[in-house]
Amino acid sequence: MEEIRILSPTAILGYGFPMESFTEGMKRKPHVIAVDAGSTDPGPYYLGVGKSFTDRNSVKRDLEIMIPVAIEAGIPVIIGTAGGSGGHPHVALTLDIVKEIAKEKSLSFKLAVIESELDKELIKQNLREGNIEPLFPAKQITESDVDESVRIVAQMGEEPFINALENGANVILAGRSYDPSVFSALAIKEGFDKGLAIHLGKILECAAIAALPGSGSDCMFGYLRKESFVLEPLSTLRKCTTLSVAAHTLYEKTNPYILPGPGGAINLHESKFTQISDNMVEVTGSKFVPTEQYFVKLEGVKKVGYRTISCAAVKDPVMISKIDSITQSVKERVINNFENYGIKDFFLDFKIYGKNGVMAMFDNLEEKVAHELLIIIEAVADTQEHADTICGFARSTMLHFGYEGRISTAGNLAFPFSPSDCKVGEVFEFNVYHLMKVDDPAGMFPVQYITFDKGN
Amino acid sequence: MKHKLKDIASVIRSKNSGPYELTFDIIFKDFETYQKVKQAHSINETNFAPLYKISKESIISLVYFDPAKAVKITIVRPLTSGALGETDVYGAQQHAPLMAMEIEF
Repeated sequence: MEEIRILSPTAILGYGFPMESFTEGMKRKPHVIAVDAGSTDPGPYYLGVGKSFTDRNSVKRDLEIMIPVAIEAGIPVIIGTAGGSGGHPHVALTLDIVKEIAKEKSLSFKLAVIESELDKELIKQNLREGNIEPLFPAKQITESDVDESVRIVAQMGEEPFINALENGANVILAGRSYDPSVFSALAIKEGFDKGLAIHLGKILECAAIAALPGSGSDCMFGYLRKESFVLEPLSTLRKCTTLSVAAHTLYEKTNPYILPGPGGAINLHESKFTQISDNMVEVTGSKFVPTEQYFVKLEGVKKVGYRTISCAAVKDPVMISKIDSITQSVKERVINNFENYGIKDFFLDFKIYGKNGVMAMFDNLEEKVAHELLIIIEAVADTQEHADTICGFARSTMLHFGYEGRISTAGNLAFPFSPSDCKVGEVFEFNVYHLMKVDDPAGMFPVQYITFDKGN
Repeated sequence: MKHKLKDIASVIRSKNSGPYELTFDIIFKDFETYQKVKQAHSINETNFAPLYKISKESIISLVYFDPAKAVKITIVRPLTSGALGETDVYGAQQHAPLMAMEIEF
């Protein structure tokens, strides 16, 4: 094989793509259609609660186009990080969609389902054996951290996909995957250079985001050859330029020259980006440098409670000038009020927009204050009922708080909504972000095959 | 001579690089300006850290990336994405201090 052609329909499964671009892609006779379905960007909630951050109908719409066309063309469809986070429930909800499509369209194909959620006992055993290390700046974990996690997934490399392809899978639905793996697996199986294949995968996983103008909901096409790869956007509205592709290499990475993943890193020190036509870019020189031992990345989250919020605004200039001391006094009053009642363990925060709200994660960054403020009162407690109590009490206390110099004595807050408080539900935090040494890169990721015959 | 970053850069952005890191990209308008900034090392740990009132040790990497005529700075996220106290889960609106940054070259 001299060339592997890869169609990436969309940046995230469910983000959609124009049919015209997809048809252009199929005209180029791809050897595989691959798509990344997840990200940790939307935060820890989705992995914890077992739901996807993408919408079911949107995901079904994309798969309903990709799967029948690929079966007709005799090429595989590979889906990574199913359901947004890749845990058991996330894989299950995407599997449910695939089954539905198979039935509705009466399709015949072999499906491989690869799981990535790990058994906690297995992780604890590896922890005892010294096989787990934190990924800076995360801290080392203990067995109790593992117990506290509600769900831990491992990121698979290309190896489990290669096994499934060798076993004749037409559609591969996988749990948490290193983003480029779904794009690079077939090429690596066919003996193409791993550095180029993974670098190509790194760009294709975001589809047309690497084009100009960028889009997360349009297709990108990749041609992998022995010494290089070429990127081509499939919409006439877009172009790949050396800059758009090089700039994309920066995106969401720690260091653009060294991109670590399962089993090693790609090194881009020698990479060259060349404009070969009006809309296509060729890349050469990217190298894969294996690590001595094979590591997979673990991601886990723990539950920290339940959240209730209340949104309220302030216009009074006297109140605005004293806002920090007012929120501090309200907080003290809330703590004092429920101390003996037995609600002690809670987190109460005031996010103050108009006064370093967006960048509050950095201390004392800005002095400027707006002429009106939006305050989000947030309570997180061990039960939803307690969160409601703390948030509601903080809100009513703040509404009628008699701060020094107060002139407006009817009420301190402007509520945009009735009811003013809103239950947000369960709250999770990342607590595992570690590397685990493995002997067999595919060993942690069990595969199940399902054969569909006219939809059944 | 002093230059405002927002006048000489075409892209100034921030984003998570995983839940534990925050990364900033500054892509310059032209290669000539980029080379001048790179040669003078006009963006460095010493003038970046005070913009965010962080310690230099919180900077994981500061890299000049020639193919994109860009400077990339990655720091330890002050709190893990989505942790209690979060205000920007994706980290996509933490770039504003860079827009006002003035550099010399």
